[in-house]
Amino acid sequence: MSFISYLINGISLGSVYAIIALGYTMVYGIAKMLNFAHGDVIMVGSFAVFTIVSTLGLPPILGILVAVVVCTILGMAIERVAYKPLRNAASPLAVLITAIGVSYLLQNVALLIFGANTKSFTSVVTISPLKLADGQLMISGETIVTIIAGIVIMICLTLFVNKSKAGQAMLAVSEDKGAAQLMGINVNGTIALTFAIGSALAAIAGVLLCSAYPSLTPYTGAMPGIKAFVAAVFGGIGSIPGAMIGGILLGIIEILGKAYISSQMADAIVFAVLIIVLLVKPTGILGKNIQEKV
Amino acid sequence: MKKLRMTKTAKNNFVTYFIVLIAYIVVQMLLKTGHMSSLMEGLLVPLCIYVMLAISLNLTVGILGELSLGHAGFMCVGAFSGAFFSKCMDGAMPNGIRFLVALLIGAAVAGIFGILIGIPVLRLKGDYLAIVTLAFGEIIKNLVNVLYIGKDNNGFHFSMKDSISLHLGEEGQVIVNGAQGITGTPHDAGFTVGILLIFLSLFIILNLINSRDGRAIMSIRDNRIAAESTGINITKYKLMAFSISAAIAGVAGVLYAHNLSTLTALPKNFGYNMSIMILVFVVLGGIGNIRGSIISAVILTLLPELLRGLSDYRMLIYAIVLIAMMLFNWSPKAIEWKDKIKEKYFSKVSFRKEKEVK
Repeated sequence: MSFISYLINGISLGSVYAIIALGYTMVYGIAKMLNFAHGDVIMVGSFAVFTIVSTLGLPPILGILVAVVVCTILGMAIERVAYKPLRNAASPLAVLITAIGVSYLLQNVALLIFGANTKSFTSVVTISPLKLADGQLMISGETIVTIIAGIVIMICLTLFVNKSKAGQAMLAVSEDKGAAQLMGINVNGTIALTFAIGSALAAIAGVLLCSAYPSLTPYTGAMPGIKAFVAAVFGGIGSIPGAMIGGILLGIIEILGKAYISSQMADAIVFAVLIIVLLVKPTGILGKNIQEKV
Repeated sequence: MKKLRMTKTAKNNFVTYFIVLIAYIVVQMLLKTGHMSSLMEGLLVPLCIYVMLAISLNLTVGILGELSLGHAGFMCVGAFSGAFFSKCMDGAMPNGIRFLVALLIGAAVAGIFGILIGIPVLRLKGDYLAIVTLAFGEIIKNLVNVLYIGKDNNGFHFSMKDSISLHLGEEGQVIVNGAQGITGTPHDAGFTVGILLIFLSLFIILNLINSRDGRAIMSIRDNRIAAESTGINITKYKLMAFSISAAIAGVAGVLYAHNLSTLTALPKNFGYNMSIMILVFVVLGGIGNIRGSIISAVILTLLPELLRGLSDYRMLIYAIVLIAMMLFNWSPKAIEWKDKIKEKYFSKVSFRKEKEVK
């Protein structure tokens, strides 16, 4: 019975990772850059909800809406100011370092506004825990909401990318920017839209993450950001189904590793699994193998 | 005096050595005359460590052309192996020799780790390689945190659980105590030692770059397939660059360990944040430019300290300066603008550039 509850917790954490990883992987697919500041957008989203709900005492649903709007605007602003000028830079490392700079910036702005003390985040979920099998198996409301939110987001995103015009434009831009432009696609607009969606997802992930693990500091986003990055690579970076699978697997491995092997070693286990997967399949589980041409 | 004729690279390298020497002399003068605050004095050894880390990572990122995000892991391996040796041999050897051997051990262990990690990792490309090096760095940090080693009359005892399960004898002594790390490492590091080690690393790296092996490594960076088809052994040269870079990071780690009385593996000193910080030094200083790495490592380490008067705002300013410098240095528009300015005011320079292009 405890195994099932660990498994459900794993899927719940994995859903959060998957939502963050979706943002990561979309941005990577379209801009070919590792957005190190993505984790800090999560933190900004959580602080937005914290301010609305805990400080101002307004309803949680309003908090989530504000967080999504704030993060969307923030994501687009970051892209416009810090990443766009470097899109055609001589080295891809330039934009990576700028992303690190943005990450430092967001952390330190949050540090100045909210201080370094850990804030206790009030959960936005009001559903009571679900009791199964005569109370032996308890599933918390947060877990249920997280898993449902994860599933809904994944379905919506898949439909959006595959069925809508804007989604098709995204695929085209990630395939070949030049050719997409010749087909009349607004490349800059599409990239901005991708950043907007990725950041909105980060805001939702932040709310879910902080509802399940209710401590909030300016550095809260960093580690989930890295883990989601791992999840995206795990599933094959640039691939949307890959990010979902990678995220959920990563969550399950982390929780089971914590429960059965060693709580201190959980991160090491996650990273070790990543290394093994990449050594067997060098482009991740669902990654495309691109042949190098001379 | 006989006039020396030097090639352009030799002149360039000479300038690099000279800058380090001048920096050493200036700092020594400031120290002797008492013009240096104790805060700055405490920063001297870390500066040497960062410089070594930056130039060694530049070998991987700039010369080999592979993005590594796990450099702090090698530093961690070097630090713990060096400190472990010093702790075991404390009193059994003269101090100077013991430190020297500790440095060699740190370099060797980190170099071996570089080869072991490099064999699987260097098969991957680009961002995949970056994430796997990051993963290795985190694994090393994590493993060190659960590692317990003790010593008694029967020899060494290892454990991955806690210090009690070491089953030490009565006079037994716990040397590596898990998350508490190694305490009581002798304080052997100093600014002079640091500068000597910088000279040594510079000597190794600059000579490597200008050797046949170095050219082979750079040819892999520029075009792997072309290099392979001219008969260059890709794996060998990649591993060579990677392990030398790891070994130098290991030496920096030993220096780090012998500068502090307590050595623990925290996210702050050996986590991915540290690796990223070193990468920032390298990219800001110029990828593949060793002298640039030295200068940017010094400036970026001093910047937060110089801004200390601004207290809470200093890291904010650091971040803004970092973004602004990256945009200014790398954005195609900014480069175009800089060229225009150059043409306007220093037309000679642009003329020379044009000639070079032709």
